Amino acid sequence: MAKLNIVQAINSALKNEMKRNSDVVLLGEDIGRDGGVFRVTEGLLEIFGPERVIDTPLAELGIIGSAIGMAAYGLKPVAEIQFMAFSYAGLEQIFSHAGRIRSRSRGRFTCPIVVRMPYGIGIKAPELHSESAEALFCHMPGIKVVVPSSPYNAKGLLTSALRDPDPVIFLEPSRLYRSIKTDVPDEDYAIPLGKAAIYQEGKDITVVAWGAMLHRAAEASAGFDAEIIDLMTLKPFDEEAILNSVRKTGRLVIAHEATRSGGLGAEIAALVAEEAVMHLKAPVIRVAGPEAVTPMAKLEDAYMPQIDRIRKAFATVMEF
Amino acid sequence: MYTLNAMPAIKTQKKAAEKEASVYSSALQIQLYTAMLRIRLFEEKIVALYPEQEMKCPVHLCIGQEAIAAGICANLEKRDYVFSNHRGHGHSLAKGAGMKPLMAEFYGKATGCSKGKGGSMHIVDVPNGLLGTSAIVGGGIPMAVGSALASKIRGEQSITAVFFGDGAFEEGAFYESFNFAALKRLPVIFVCENNFYATNSHQRARQFACKISSSAVAFDAPGVCIDGNDVLSAYKAGKDAAQRARNNGGPTLIEATTYRWKGHVGPDTDHEKGCRPKDELLEWVKKCPIGRFEKHLLETGILDANALIAITGEINSEVDDAVKFAKESPYPDVSELLTQVYSD
Ligand SMILES: Cc1ncc(C[n+]2csc(CCOP(=O)(O)OP(=O)(O)O)c2C)c(N)n1
Ligand SMILES: [Mg+2]
Repeated sequence: MAKLNIVQAINSALKNEMKRNSDVVLLGEDIGRDGGVFRVTEGLLEIFGPERVIDTPLAELGIIGSAIGMAAYGLKPVAEIQFMAFSYAGLEQIFSHAGRIRSRSRGRFTCPIVVRMPYGIGIKAPELHSESAEALFCHMPGIKVVVPSSPYNAKGLLTSALRDPDPVIFLEPSRLYRSIKTDVPDEDYAIPLGKAAIYQEGKDITVVAWGAMLHRAAEASAGFDAEIIDLMTLKPFDEEAILNSVRKTGRLVIAHEATRSGGLGAEIAALVAEEAVMHLKAPVIRVAGPEAVTPMAKLEDAYMPQIDRIRKAFATVMEF
Repeated sequence: MYTLNAMPAIKTQKKAAEKEASVYSSALQIQLYTAMLRIRLFEEKIVALYPEQEMKCPVHLCIGQEAIAAGICANLEKRDYVFSNHRGHGHSLAKGAGMKPLMAEFYGKATGCSKGKGGSMHIVDVPNGLLGTSAIVGGGIPMAVGSALASKIRGEQSITAVFFGDGAFEEGAFYESFNFAALKRLPVIFVCENNFYATNSHQRARQFACKISSSAVAFDAPGVCIDGNDVLSAYKAGKDAAQRARNNGGPTLIEATTYRWKGHVGPDTDHEKGCRPKDELLEWVKKCPIGRFEKHLLETGILDANALIAITGEINSEVDDAVKFAKESPYPDVSELLTQVYSD
């Protein structure tokens, strides 16, 4: 057991799984000698060599597409994309192929890739280095989407992703990379995909969040009896966990950094409207990013849902 | 006078350069020198001020690579268009962008060229034909082709140049774009600034052939590889390409070899961190595009020491004014966050 940050926890998951399964191969820009932009793969080249830690050309479509072919062949490729927005050129391969190979081959083969990428506001760079486009990936059938919120669950979730038979997009909140340290066991362990965690129990408000926003929601909950659900897997997400909690609390607030319209919060709200509307004591509130491109640092605070906005949502559902 | 004056020029290249130089007017040569020095002094100011932590964005500096922007853009007119990339200060200045709106942008101020919302990687200057840059490597290349196609459809005389790195050459966008431009004989100049690195990885680790300019053969378009630290070579290549573009001759690929002196991002050198060998940097510093050209200007008598001092002084005060302007400008109002997403 050691105190690790998320960077180290992911590194540890990769390392353990690469030892356990010789089919696991990493590929990406500058991931070898450099250890990647955020140094997540540091040291792995030295242990596993250039055949399993592959520095690629600067070509995201090529990286993701090659990973898909390797997976269809039978390997377990893990592609690293330097920032979420840089995956956009590769979306064609994810959407048109990775998510469909199982169905297209009528189940005869699958596409067990993992695509890792940092996402969200976190490094004080505007626009394309701060994207939260998780809903895009969630929209497409055949793809799983996972977001850790702590070093402990980062390791466990990634281990599951590395053992999953289907494509997994593993989104790493860049703001959390080095900002929290928790105890992380040295040996490998798996946190199942598709299951949420109750981060904090409570009776009055169900709060659904993930990644960096989870911590902000937790902070905002001081003085409220809020039950905070760490969604962890965004696709397919744990409907039962949300419904059970809402049936208990009768109130739902969803907090995410991504733009409100078409965001994952809408899907969660719709689920509750369909399955548990009679339990609601107040309208569902989404606290989300605005309809805007992530701006430079000075306006970043206005962009990010802040504690006071989340607290206001809590107060609104309580007073309704 | 610029301090690298003392750097020895490379002997083998000297003679050819002198011969070439005699073709060009003194005024043009002074213009090219000034354009390079403006980029250098502007960026050196960023290096000096960055540690204050008031600049609000990552900066990708082009110190060492100035000759390409200066040489190519000297062939462009105001009505022509430029698409640039994350390392775009030089291209922007050479195309005519003012120092004030650039510097203010880096400080995240409302007076910045992108209203303080975009930073160093998102420079826009419509009157000077900078239609917008982004952080996406290779992202500007297809748009440049579109701009060239539009000018052709409209029957306008504008041509478009796009600057990108040796890394961007690896993105699919390059091939799709070049093919389209060649097919439609579009007035576009593809300028690949080959500084041999993408972030910390060497071209040889990413490309088998390392023959960027040769790729033009596949499209039956001219491709040239030039010494990108020789401003007159860059000027000449740009001139040929611009002429071709203006005369319906289609696209040209210019590969200009060069070296970035600073790390991939930020104001510091990177050999201390083991990213690239120090010796390699020192070799390239000897080939400083400005030092070399300055020596040539002095030797040929196009400029004397006093004139150099005067030019440097003028640029320095332009830079200082820009910094003052940036620092004194207000931050954008919070309401700016929601503007210009759609037509208001
Ligand atoms: C699509 C995309 N992939 C990766 C990056 C991260 N990145 C920014 S600059 C850069 C290297 C670019 O190299 P090159 O094109 O040679 O330009 P240089 O930085 O050398 O000027 C990389 C990998 C990005 N911004 N966009
Ligand atoms: Mg480069």
